[in-house]
Amino acid sequence: MNMALQQQTPDARVGEIIKLAVLAVGGQGGGVLTGWIEALARAQGYACQATSVAGVAQRTGATIYYVEMTPKSDQAPVFALAPSGGDVDVMIAAEMMEVGRSIMRGFVTPDRTTLIGSTHRALAVSEKMAPGDGIADADEVRAAAEIAAQRLILADMDRLAIEQGSVISSSLFGALAGSGALPFPRAAFEEAIRAGGKGVEASLRGFAAGYAAAQGAAAAVEAPSVAAASAQVSGPAALMKEWQVLMARIAAMPGPVQDMAKAGLAKVVDFQDCAYGGEYLDHLEGVLARDSAARDWALSAAAAKYIANAMAYDDIIRVADLKTRSTRFHRITGEMNVEEGQLVELTEFFHPRAEEIASLMPAKMGAKWEANPRRMAMLDRWFNKGRRLRTHRLRSFVMLHLLGGLKGYRRRTRRHEVEQEHLKKWLRQSLAPLERDYALSVELLKCRRLIKGYSDTHARGLSKFATVMEAAKLLDGREDAADWVARLREAALQDPDGKALDGAVQTIRSFI
Amino acid sequence: MAERSFKAEVEHLRKGAGDTFTGEGILAITKALLENGVGYVGGYQGAPISHLMDVLADAEELMAELGVRFEANASEAAAAAMLAASVHYPIRGAVTFKGPVGVNVASDALANLCSSGVNGGALIIVGEDYGEGSSIMQERSHGFAMKSQFWLLDPRPNLPSITKAVKDGFELSEASNTPVMLMVRIRSCHVTGSFETRDNVAPPLTVKQAIANPQSDFNRVVLPPMSYVHEQDKIKNRWPAAEKFITENKLNEVFGPEKAPLGIVVQGGMYNGLIRALQRLGLADVFGKTEVPIYCLNVTYPIVRDEFDAFCAGKDHILVVEEGQPEHIEQQLGAFLYKAGAKLKLYGKDVLPMAGEYTGQVMLDGVTAFLKAAAPEMLPGKVRAPNAEAPQIPDLSKTVPIRPPGFCTGCPERPIFAGMKLVEQELGKHQITGDIGCHLFGSLPPFEIGGATMGYGLGPAANAAFDGGGERRAISMLGDGGFWHNGLSSSIGNMVFNKSDNVVVIVDNYYSAATGGQDVLSSRAHNDTKSTGNPISAALKGVGVEWIRQIDYTYDVAKVRDTVREALLTDFKGPKVIVASSECMLNKQRREKPLRTSAIKEGRRVDVPRFGVDADVCTGDHACIRLSGCPSLSLKRLDDPLRDDPVAHIDQTCVGCGNCGEVADAAVLCPSFYRADVVHNPGGFERWRAGLRGRVIGWLQERRAGKRLSVVETAP
Repeated sequence: MNMALQQQTPDARVGEIIKLAVLAVGGQGGGVLTGWIEALARAQGYACQATSVAGVAQRTGATIYYVEMTPKSDQAPVFALAPSGGDVDVMIAAEMMEVGRSIMRGFVTPDRTTLIGSTHRALAVSEKMAPGDGIADADEVRAAAEIAAQRLILADMDRLAIEQGSVISSSLFGALAGSGALPFPRAAFEEAIRAGGKGVEASLRGFAAGYAAAQGAAAAVEAPSVAAASAQVSGPAALMKEWQVLMARIAAMPGPVQDMAKAGLAKVVDFQDCAYGGEYLDHLEGVLARDSAARDWALSAAAAKYIANAMAYDDIIRVADLKTRSTRFHRITGEMNVEEGQLVELTEFFHPRAEEIASLMPAKMGAKWEANPRRMAMLDRWFNKGRRLRTHRLRSFVMLHLLGGLKGYRRRTRRHEVEQEHLKKWLRQSLAPLERDYALSVELLKCRRLIKGYSDTHARGLSKFATVMEAAKLLDGREDAADWVARLREAALQDPDGKALDGAVQTIRSFI
Repeated sequence: MAERSFKAEVEHLRKGAGDTFTGEGILAITKALLENGVGYVGGYQGAPISHLMDVLADAEELMAELGVRFEANASEAAAAAMLAASVHYPIRGAVTFKGPVGVNVASDALANLCSSGVNGGALIIVGEDYGEGSSIMQERSHGFAMKSQFWLLDPRPNLPSITKAVKDGFELSEASNTPVMLMVRIRSCHVTGSFETRDNVAPPLTVKQAIANPQSDFNRVVLPPMSYVHEQDKIKNRWPAAEKFITENKLNEVFGPEKAPLGIVVQGGMYNGLIRALQRLGLADVFGKTEVPIYCLNVTYPIVRDEFDAFCAGKDHILVVEEGQPEHIEQQLGAFLYKAGAKLKLYGKDVLPMAGEYTGQVMLDGVTAFLKAAAPEMLPGKVRAPNAEAPQIPDLSKTVPIRPPGFCTGCPERPIFAGMKLVEQELGKHQITGDIGCHLFGSLPPFEIGGATMGYGLGPAANAAFDGGGERRAISMLGDGGFWHNGLSSSIGNMVFNKSDNVVVIVDNYYSAATGGQDVLSSRAHNDTKSTGNPISAALKGVGVEWIRQIDYTYDVAKVRDTVREALLTDFKGPKVIVASSECMLNKQRREKPLRTSAIKEGRRVDVPRFGVDADVCTGDHACIRLSGCPSLSLKRLDDPLRDDPVAHIDQTCVGCGNCGEVADAAVLCPSFYRADVVHNPGGFERWRAGLRGRVIGWLQERRAGKRLSVVETAP
C-alpha cells in the first residue's frame, strides 16, 4: 500500500515569479511593449517567458500579452502561458475600457496587483453607432479600479506618448518603470529601448513622460475637468452696443437660466444677427413669464437651450459661413500639425439635393417648387451630385464666401419659413400642458434634441420627433407622462431606424 | 510580402552546435526542421502558424543552400498532398497549417497518405486554434488522428520540448511508416524561450536527386485490394511499431514520486497549466518538481496501454487533464481500466469542464476538486476551509463594451460594405453569405452584411440552394485568398455549371490579408520566387463567367453601390461577379510609409492627406459611423452646453483613404467632412500661388469678420 501524501510547505520561489499581463487593443503596439519587457528581464539576469495571441485579435480587437519572469538559476522554471484571475502582479491596460475588461476578468486584485492604465478612449463600434450618446461610463471603471487594484496608476498614456511624437507602448513602458513594480533600475528600461533599435529617441521621450506620470501617480489620477468654457464677444462698436442691450436682458433673468441663455444668445447672434438674438430672447422671455422659481426654472433653462438650437438651424448659408471663416483655417492648420514651409489644401464634400436648393428660394417660390415633383426632378438633374470644393482655391472659396454672406436674405427663404413654423408649433405644443404637468412640458421641450443631421438623416430625425410628440398626446393627463416622454426620447436615440422607439410606442398603446 | 518580416530572425537559423537560440516557438520549430535534415517543407498560412509560413518564406535562401525545397501551397489539401513525396522516397517532409479547419481541408489527402504509409518521415505541424483569441469554430484535430491512424504529438510548451518533438516526430514516422502530426497550441506557437541548437543537416537525399531516379510501387496506391492490405498493415505492423518506439524512446514523461495513491494524466500541451495549478496549491516547486505523480502524454495518440497500466499500478485515483471535447483520451483510458477490471477511480470531465479553454482558474478549480475528492489532506488549509471573504469589486459587465476584431483604419473593404449597405437601404435586405477572411467582419455591426460562413472559398457555394433563383438575387462574398484556395472551382465553377443567377462580390485586396498579408496568385507585388499578377477576372472568364465587373478603386462608394445594384437588377441570366480591388491598407502603409518619410527627408514634394470633421457643422447623429466604423473615425464630446450628443471626430491615425468623403457624398450625409492635404516641400511657384490665394482669402475673411460680432471661446 502507498503511503498517504502530505501537503508540502509551498515553494517560496513560486511566489517570486513576477506575472505581468498587457491588455491592448489591436494595433497599439502591445507586441513592442512585451518585447521590451522581455529584453529587459533577460538583460537583468532573469528567466523570462512571453506569450501572445496574434490571431485575428490584431485587427482592432482586444488582445492579451503575458509575461512571467524569475531570477535565473541552473534549472528552467515552469511558467504558465496565460494569466490567471487573482494571480497577476502587474496589469497594464492600454485603454480605459480595457482597464475595465482587465478588472472584469479578475486579473486585478487588491492583494497584489499594480494596475497601470491609460485613461484615453478608443471607442468600440457599439459606442459610436448610437444616434445619441452611447459612450460607456469611464467613471464607473475608474471607481472599480480604485477598489480592485492594490496600486493604481492612471493617466492618459496615449496623449503623453503622442505629445512626444511616440506611441503608447513607450509611455506605458515608462509608467511600468516609474511604478517600481519590477526590480530593475530606470537605466535598464531605457537600455531595452535602445537595444530594440527602432525610433529610439521618440520612444525614450515617451518613456520619460510615462515615467513621470507614474512617479506623480497621485496627480496623475486626475479628475476630469468640469468647468465650462466661457464666451467672449468682440466686434464693431455699434454691434457691441446692441449686444450689451441683449446681455442686459439676460442679466434680468433668474440665475439658473442665465448661463444657458448667454450660450444660446451667442449661438443665435453668430448664426444671424443681434435682431435675431432679440427674437430669441423674446421667445425665452415668453417662457419665463409662465415659469417660476418653484421648479428652479428648469423649464426656462431647457427652453434657453433648445430654442437657440432650433433657431440656429443647419442651412447651406450657415455651413458656407462656418467653412469660410479664418478661425477654421487656423484650427485646421493646428490640428494637422502644419509646419512652416508646408501648405494645406482643403477639399469639402457637398452633395446638394433639390430639397436644399428649393429651401434656399424665396419662401413662396420655394413652397411652390417643393409641391411640384417635376420641378424638383429638374432641380435634382441640375444640382444633385457630389461636389468637391477645393476651398484653398479662390473659385470655390469665393463661391462659399458669397453663399455664407447671404444672411440678409436668409429670413426670406423657404427654409426660414419652415423652421419658424416648426419652432412655433413645437413651443406651443410643448407648453400646452404646462399648467397641469410642468415636468411634461420640460420633457417635450427637450425632444428638440431629436432633430439633427442633414438630408435623409434630418428627415428621419424630424419623423422621430413627430412620433414622440404624437405619442405624448396619448400620455397627456397621466401621472407618468413626463417619464414616458423621456423614455421615448432615449429610445429614439438608440438606433437610426427607430425600432426601439416603435417598440416603446407600442408599449404605450398597450396600456392606454 | 507578409505583414511581419522575419529576415532578421532568420539569421538565428544558421546557429550551430553549442549555440543557444532565444526567440519564439514558431522560429524554434523551423530551426529544428533544418537540424533534422528535412528535405521539403510547405503549408498554408492561418493563425497561429502564419508566422511559421512567413519564417519559412523568409528563410528560403538558407533552405536553398541546404537543398531544401519550400512550397507555399495553394491550400492545406495541397500541402498534405505534397507529403506524397515521402511515400516512396526516404525524404523527410514537413507541412504546416492550422487546426482543425486546415486539417478538415487536408483530410482527403491525409487519409490517402495514411493508407499508403510513408517511407521518409512525414510531419504535419498543426497550430491548434482553440480557446481565447481563436478565430474559428471550437473543435479538436485529435479525431482525425483516430480515424486515419496517424500519430499525434502534443509536446510540453517550452522550446526544448517542442524542438525535441520535431526530431521525435520524424523518427517515429520512419519507425512506424506513418505520418505524424505535431500539434502546437495557439500560445505555444508564440511562446518565447531558449534551447541549445545543433548544426543544420542537409537532407541525405534531396528532392532534386530523387526525381532523377523516379520510383513507384503499386502496392502503395490506394486501390483495392491494396487498400485492404493497408488497413491491416496499420493495425498489425505500424501501430505496434509506433508503440515500441514511443516506449523505448520515452516520448512520454513521468514526473513526481513513484509511489502515491493518486496521479494525473495530462496532455503535454497542458503540462504548464497543470503545474501552475499545483504551484498555487503548494504542491509543486518553481521548477515543476511535484509531489503528485504526473504522466505527461507528449504523444496523445496512440495511448500506449502498458505505459498507462504501469503508471496506474498501486493508485486509487487518476485525473485526466484533457482540453476540448469530446474527451477522446479519457474514454480510451476508461475503456482500458474497465477491460482490465481495475478498481481505481477515473476523474476528468467531471471535475473539469467538458467544453472551453482550460484557463488558469479552470485548471486550479479542477485540480482542487480532484484533490478534495482523492486526497483532501494535501490541500492547503485555506482551500479546505476558506475564511477570508473576497472583496466585492463592482460589476462592469454592463459598462465595458465588447470589442470584436474589425476592419483596420483605411481598410479598402469598408467602402465595399458601405456601398452594399446603401443598396440594402434602397432595395431591401438580400440573402447574403460571407466567406473566411477580413471581409467576414462585414457581418458585424455597423454593416451586418452576411449571415453565414461555411468555409474558406465556400461563400458562393453556401448560396447554392438559391442558385435556382427567386424574387431577389442572393449575394455572396469571396476574398482573393478564398478564391484561389478553393473558391474558383467549388464556388465559381459550381455557379457556372448550375446556371446560377446570383451575385458574387470578390474582395481583392492583393494579399491573403487576414492571415498576415501573404502573396496569392493575383497579388500585384513582384515576388522573386512566386508567380504573381494573375488577374482574378481572367480566371473567371476561363471558367465561363460572362458578367464580370472590375472595380479598381473600392473607395468609390457610389461606383460600388451602382455596380452592386446593376448586378442585382440586370436582365442578364447567369452568375454575376464583381471583383472589387484595392490594396490592403495595413500592407500598403507598411510599404509606403518608409518611402514617404524618406522622400520628405530628401526634400521632394509629398502630399499627405488626412480627413477632418468640422465640429460646428456636425450635428452628432453618427450616420457616417454607421456606414464606416473606421477606428480613426470616432466621437468627441464638446464643451458646448447647447450640445447633448458627442460629434464625429477623426484622430491623427487617419491615413486619408478617402472613405469618409466618399460615404458622405454617396449617402448624401452631411457637409462636415473635409480633407486636408498637407503639402511637404512645395515648389516655388506653388508657394507663390498659395501666398497670393492666402492674401485674397484673408482679406475677404477679415472684411466680413470686421462687420460682425465674433464669439471667442476661452478655456476656463
